[in-house]
Amino acid sequence: MIIDYVGVKEINGSLIVMDGVKGVSNEEIVDIKLDNGTTRQGRVVQIEGERIVVQVFEGTRRISLKNTRTRLTGHPMEMPLSPEIVGRVLDGAGRPIDGLGDIFPVKKANINGTPINPVSRVYPKNYINTGISSIDTLITLIRGQKLPIFSGSGMTHNDLAVQIVRQAKISGADSSNFGVVFAAMGVQKDVAEYFRKSFEESGVLSRVVMLLNLSNDPIIERTLTPRCALTIAEYLAFELDMHILVIMTDMTSYAEALREFSSSKGEIPGRKGYPGYLYSDLASLYERAGMIKDHPGSVTQIPILTMPNDDITHPIPDLTGYITEGQIVLDRSLQGQGIYPPVSVLPSLSRLMKDGIGEGYTRGDHQSLANQLFASYAKVIDARALASVIGEEELSPVDKKYIEFGRLFETKFINQGFDENRTIEQSLDLGWELLSTLPRSELDRVDDAVLDVYIKDKEKNKNR
Amino acid sequence: MNNNVIFGINGPVVTVKDADCFEMMEMVHVGKQELVGEVIGITDSLTTIQVYEETTGLKPGDPVTGTGAPMNVLLGPGILDNIFDGIERPLKAIEAQTGAFIARGAAVSPLDPDRLWTVALKVKPGDRLEGGQVYATLPETPIIEHRVMLHPELSGVITEVRPDGEYRLFDTVAVLEDDLGERHELTLCQKWPIRTARPVKTRLTPSIPLITGQRVMDTLFPIAKGGTAAIPGGFGTGKTMNQHQLAKWCDADIIIYVGCGERGNEMSQVLEEFSELIDPKSNRPMTDRTVLIANTSNMPVAAREASIYTGITLAEYYRDMGYHVAMMADSTSRWAEALREISGRLEEMPAEEGFPAYLPSRLAEFYERGGRADVLCGSEGSVTLIGAVSPQGSDFSEPVTQNTKRFTRVFWALDKALAYARHYPAINWMNSYSEYFNDLDPWFRENLGEDFVEYRNRISALLQEEGSLMEIVKLIGADVLPDDQKLVIETARVIRVGFLQQNAFHAEDTYVPLEKQKLMMKAILHLHAKAKEVVAREIPIARVIELGLFDKLTKMKYDIPNNRLDMFDDYIREIDEKLGALLQ
Repeated sequence: MIIDYVGVKEINGSLIVMDGVKGVSNEEIVDIKLDNGTTRQGRVVQIEGERIVVQVFEGTRRISLKNTRTRLTGHPMEMPLSPEIVGRVLDGAGRPIDGLGDIFPVKKANINGTPINPVSRVYPKNYINTGISSIDTLITLIRGQKLPIFSGSGMTHNDLAVQIVRQAKISGADSSNFGVVFAAMGVQKDVAEYFRKSFEESGVLSRVVMLLNLSNDPIIERTLTPRCALTIAEYLAFELDMHILVIMTDMTSYAEALREFSSSKGEIPGRKGYPGYLYSDLASLYERAGMIKDHPGSVTQIPILTMPNDDITHPIPDLTGYITEGQIVLDRSLQGQGIYPPVSVLPSLSRLMKDGIGEGYTRGDHQSLANQLFASYAKVIDARALASVIGEEELSPVDKKYIEFGRLFETKFINQGFDENRTIEQSLDLGWELLSTLPRSELDRVDDAVLDVYIKDKEKNKNR
Repeated sequence: MNNNVIFGINGPVVTVKDADCFEMMEMVHVGKQELVGEVIGITDSLTTIQVYEETTGLKPGDPVTGTGAPMNVLLGPGILDNIFDGIERPLKAIEAQTGAFIARGAAVSPLDPDRLWTVALKVKPGDRLEGGQVYATLPETPIIEHRVMLHPELSGVITEVRPDGEYRLFDTVAVLEDDLGERHELTLCQKWPIRTARPVKTRLTPSIPLITGQRVMDTLFPIAKGGTAAIPGGFGTGKTMNQHQLAKWCDADIIIYVGCGERGNEMSQVLEEFSELIDPKSNRPMTDRTVLIANTSNMPVAAREASIYTGITLAEYYRDMGYHVAMMADSTSRWAEALREISGRLEEMPAEEGFPAYLPSRLAEFYERGGRADVLCGSEGSVTLIGAVSPQGSDFSEPVTQNTKRFTRVFWALDKALAYARHYPAINWMNSYSEYFNDLDPWFRENLGEDFVEYRNRISALLQEEGSLMEIVKLIGADVLPDDQKLVIETARVIRVGFLQQNAFHAEDTYVPLEKQKLMMKAILHLHAKAKEVVAREIPIARVIELGLFDKLTKMKYDIPNNRLDMFDDYIREIDEKLGALLQ
């Protein structure tokens, strides 16, 4: 017997409270029919006997205490899935908006997913060649990794994401089993359009699933967008054996939507008003990256977040950094100097890099080179700090060399064209070339044997 | 009695109305899928339960049944070389049952009940047995003997004993009659509530170091067996890496590694690496002495809260057998956040930063369960606790770091600037400390000679001196310093790069025996002393540096293999010769 519950008891932000509801289950989806004929969806977020709290995805505008008829659907939020979903454009709650009709589901899956058993995971090792020197050499992206881009408003994170999608070469993947799931949360129409156009130009559009929750779309829907995206990604990766790159932008909007929802529910706030469970909530998204035993597919995540006020200690980048396997940090002063991509290499890190590079993956000298570049560039920063106090002329000869190395490193190594696709060999050789401008005694992170191969050759070549 | 039903649901918190049969901290089964939960609050009308699994789909009216016992773990053979979630469910068995994704309500016995163990009985009828005494032993893994102990709360006289042979976990191997004349069948396992510390005979002062093979930890900030340590650091500073290194190399008998709210890929890395790594002492895979508890960040938050207690209970159980156990908890901040999250759901009044007011007392309770002790079975054991802390915004003044600092005695502070420069381990030598110096001093003097302590003090003094010199250098550059101060800076560079930095991926450098650590310090100090003589004769320091000795010493960690310590003599000789030539 299907019962329609008429009216609501209380409305508060995006939440409605109903009384006298029987047989409801936690997280169940409800259909809310308004008198004007429109239908909205909501999710049960709290139950107290027969009193339930429902979160309305499309917002509560025009809902009154009397004009609704609510029906329980009997199941939690589910996403219809089928191989045909590739190439489609969906709204933030996973409903098609490209005018091509509904998705005929082969199966339905709960959008919250279930945690991957840690013993079933495969430790990710295969690197993804992005053709970007700073990333390939120093912050290597690994298949099955979650590597966010920490950016700020007005920086070139979107270009970087597009360049990664366009140039990414995943070993074992070709056009038939490579796909992109793109989740836009609270981004402007222009930005979404930019991504769509870039995907089209690089010929991957037919392999992209786009979920769009634009900045003027309902906020509560935004909390569903990444979950729908990842449910699709998991389906494509672990049932259709594809290699999926998930781009989620902007996680800051997502976290703010969560905060809005939490405060309207009257929850006790944690840091900066974000709910106490922000860490667990973000983890339930980010942890859905990875690879599973006996499945050839993979889910790699590149979430993009704009750090409020460029502050890396803000709760959103802070908690993200604790969950993800490293981060690519963009720097406004580098961008100001016209350097693209403005990757600030010192705070950037790829945790999975150490096992996915070297002999058999990239090249034997990769780790040594990366260590030395990091160490030397850290000294550049020290030298600059000193120069800003005593002036560059007063520096010791070694420090002067560091200043020069820093300049070269930023303009030649980090800086590269939006269309420039460097091979890993090119990037590594470039790194050694720059290091050879420093005195050999300064290269203390590298074994002599390695130095002999890569630095001496340079000397010889120069002499010739 | 059995008609208690769900009334309300809010995230992982479920309430039951008008129930009077539940006890505080009692373990309950919730819903038709029998999800595991724990009673955390009782009023006259409402009982509050935290559920250790995802609550999606639960309905008001679903049954809630009590188990009559607090949240407990099953202790017995089969714990080692296993991987559990936060409430001791074996993840491998769950995988076999439900596949790669963890389904809810998976009912799996924590330990394999069907596996046969080769048991040797250690008692005979008529023996009097007190709680905690051993009545049987069996080889749990090729290197660890499992000692089956009487439940600490039991005592009495053995009336029957089965012959030695193969038994399963729940088979009776002996019968005990307690002082009231009640009969108890003794099996190979026992249960223990996770939130209660297991008793010991007497607590001892920690006086033996836990040797880790990590130079900065062993020499500058040593930890004792049975000690407590905190590793705080922002993300990317290498907390997990340090924990892994400690788990791999420290000289404890048993390692309990708790991945509490951390990354799934990290746990799969631990699993993979530990099964490949061979313990140098026993020539067996590391997993033979390791237990992993993996409650990754996306697994239910209430089970994350429990995982720390599950870990420490397992650690205490092996300590009671007379083993030295080291437990790594990565990270206690996630545990504290789980507390905060649940506290928020209960609408408790928050204290600092939204954390509940009982955070310090919970932390104190946890760290107090570490220690070295005479255990009930008559030998000595210890639990060393090493907790990683992930301070919010890398700010050490936040509540979890501050409170952890109060209850731990070693503080290995990880530093972002060092990590950015890829100086690993990124332990900042200026604001880390160890309170075990005095307790361990006799051991070091006895086992490594008087000079070890002296070298360490001199190394540490040089680093301090460099620290204050660097203040000046930052303002006016290094060139204006007099030569003797330049020498301090140069020596300190060797200490930092050649000694404190340690490469976890280098075959020789990943573990360094104490003897080599001592000789390295000796070589560095010898060079410093000799160079000081040269500089005192007003010979420019540049001429000393030209000789390449400083560079040579920075690379000695790679150049001198751990089994060729005689090579240090050549180094000392070279220093004497080259600097001697300068003096002439």
